[in-house]
Amino acid sequence: MITVENLTKRYGGFTAVDDVSFTAQPGRVTGFLGPNGAGKSTAMRAICGLTPATSGTTRVLGRPYRELPNPGRHVGILLDAAAQHAGRTGREVLVLGALTMGVPLVKVEQTLDLVGLTPQEARRRIKNYSLGMRQRLGIGLALLGEPEVLILDEPVNGLDPAGIRWMRQLLRGFADEGGTVLLSSHLLLEMEAISDDLVVIGHGKIVAAGPQESLLAAPGSQVSSLDDETLHKALVRAGYSATANPGGGLDTSAEPKSVGILALEAGVALTALSANRGHGLESLFFELTADHGRDEVAA
Amino acid sequence: MSTTAVGQTSAGQFRTIRGQAPVPFSRLLQVEIRKQVDTRSGRALLVVIAALTALILIPGVVVGRADDVTFRSLIGLASSPQLMLLPVIGILAATSEWSQRTGLVTFALEPRRHLVILAKLAGALLVGIASFLVAIGFAAVAQVAATIFRDSPGDWAIVWSALGQTFLALVIMIAQGVGFGILLQNSAVAIVTFFVLPTLFSIVTSVVSFLSSTAAWYDLSVATSPLLSGDINGEGWAKLAVASLIWVVAPLGAGLVRVLRREVK
Repeated sequence: MITVENLTKRYGGFTAVDDVSFTAQPGRVTGFLGPNGAGKSTAMRAICGLTPATSGTTRVLGRPYRELPNPGRHVGILLDAAAQHAGRTGREVLVLGALTMGVPLVKVEQTLDLVGLTPQEARRRIKNYSLGMRQRLGIGLALLGEPEVLILDEPVNGLDPAGIRWMRQLLRGFADEGGTVLLSSHLLLEMEAISDDLVVIGHGKIVAAGPQESLLAAPGSQVSSLDDETLHKALVRAGYSATANPGGGLDTSAEPKSVGILALEAGVALTALSANRGHGLESLFFELTADHGRDEVAA
Repeated sequence: MSTTAVGQTSAGQFRTIRGQAPVPFSRLLQVEIRKQVDTRSGRALLVVIAALTALILIPGVVVGRADDVTFRSLIGLASSPQLMLLPVIGILAATSEWSQRTGLVTFALEPRRHLVILAKLAGALLVGIASFLVAIGFAAVAQVAATIFRDSPGDWAIVWSALGQTFLALVIMIAQGVGFGILLQNSAVAIVTFFVLPTLFSIVTSVVSFLSSTAAWYDLSVATSPLLSGDINGEGWAKLAVASLIWVVAPLGAGLVRVLRREVK
C-alpha cells in the first residue's frame, strides 16, 4: 500500500509535482502514466524518501519511507537502471544489496536466475550491459529483499518484446499474491497491458485516476446490423448520436447494452456490436504529450 | 518463476514491519569496505599504492650509507606514498555515490544517511590502516634485504609513539579525503581540490608574511609535519587540533549537512 497526499515539489519557481494525491492498493498494479517530464520520477523519489517534498505526505505500508526499518525488505525499488557503478559486476551489485538487507547470499543466485541473467553475464561489468540487462539487474535488486511493495520507474524501457512480456507476468504474479506495484511509464499501450489502476499525470498534476477499465472505456459502441438505417433512427430518437460508417455499420455514443435494447425494440437483427475502447484516455494522453511537444515513441 | 521472489513467506503471509530490525552498522561497514575494493578502479588504486611503496623502498635500501638504513627510516619512507594516495580511497568512497549515481540505491536501502557516511569514514580508515600495515610489512622485507645484501646494522627498533603519530597523520588525511568527498560530491573536483587547495594555501601563507608566522595553526601540512617526524609537542598538538578542525572536521560537518539535505537523483 502506497499513500500519497497532496504531494508538492517545487524547484525554485518550477513546480515539478503539484498537489498530487493517490493510493496504490495491495493486490493491484498501479500504473503511473504521463509524458516525459510530467513529474513521475520526482514523485517516486519523494515516495522513497530521496527527494524532500515541499509539502504533502507520502506513506508506504502506513509509514513515511524513511521510518521503515531495513526498507529493502519491505519495498523493492528501481528508480534508474543506469544508476549503477560502471566498474562493478552485476552479481556484485546484488551481493552488496543482499549484504545491506541481510538477505542470505544464496538469494543472489536465485535472483539472477529469476531475472534471466546468466552466470557469465552476471560476472561482466555493468558498463558492458545493454539497457535491457541493466533493467533486469535493477528488477533483481528490487526483488532481492522479498518486498511486498514494488516501486519501478520506467522498468520496461530497453526491454525486448520477450522481456516486456516477462515483466508483465512477473508484476501480475506479484500483485496476484497480494503485493502492491507502482510502476511508471510514458507508454500508454504498455500501461494498458500491465496495470489495474491508472494515475495519469501531466505538468505535475493528476489529470485522471481510477481503475483502468473505467478510464479507458469511453461510452459508445460500434454496431452493424441487417438494417442500419432503422437502427440509426432508433438511436437518434433515444437521444444518442450515431454516424454511419462508409463501409457499413454505425458509430454511436450509446453503450452496447442500450444499443441492444434499442435494436430489440426496433426489431433489427445485429450482426456485430462492440464497445469503444481507449478513446477517452488516449485523446487525453495525446493532448498531454502534444503540450510537451513530445510524441509517444514505441519501445 | 519461483513464488519466493514475490515477497511472501511459505505461509503466504507478508512479514510484518515490526518483525524487521534496522540495518545494523556492522553490515553498513562491511558493505562500504567492500565497495572500496570491488571495482577495478578501487583495486587498481590499492595496487598502485602498494607498488609505489615497494618501489620507493628500493633506493632506501640501495642508496646511501648502509649504517643509516634502519627499520624506522624505512617505515618513514614507506609511509609517504600511503599518506599521499590513501585519502583518494576516502574521496572515491564518498563521491562515487554521486558520480556513479549509486546513491539512488544506497540511500534507498538505508535512509539514515548519516550512518552510511559514518560507515564510509570508518571503512576508508580501516582500509587505509590495513594498507599501511602492508607498507610496514614491505619495510620489514626491505630491512631484511638491507641486512643481508648491504650488511646494514639491522636496527629493528620501533619508536611506538612515532609510529602511532604516523598512523594518526594517516587517519587525519583519510578523514580529510572523506570530508572533501562528501562536501564536493564529484570525484574529479574533490581529488583536484584535495591536492591543489592545501598547496595553494601553503603558497599564499608562505608569501604573505603575517600569515606565515601563524601558518602552523591553519595549514594542515605544516601542522602534521611534526607528527611525521614523531616529535610533536604540546603546542604542536594544539596547532594540529586547530588545523584539523579547519581542514577535516569542517568539511566533514558541512559535507554531512549537504548529504542529509541534498536530493538524491
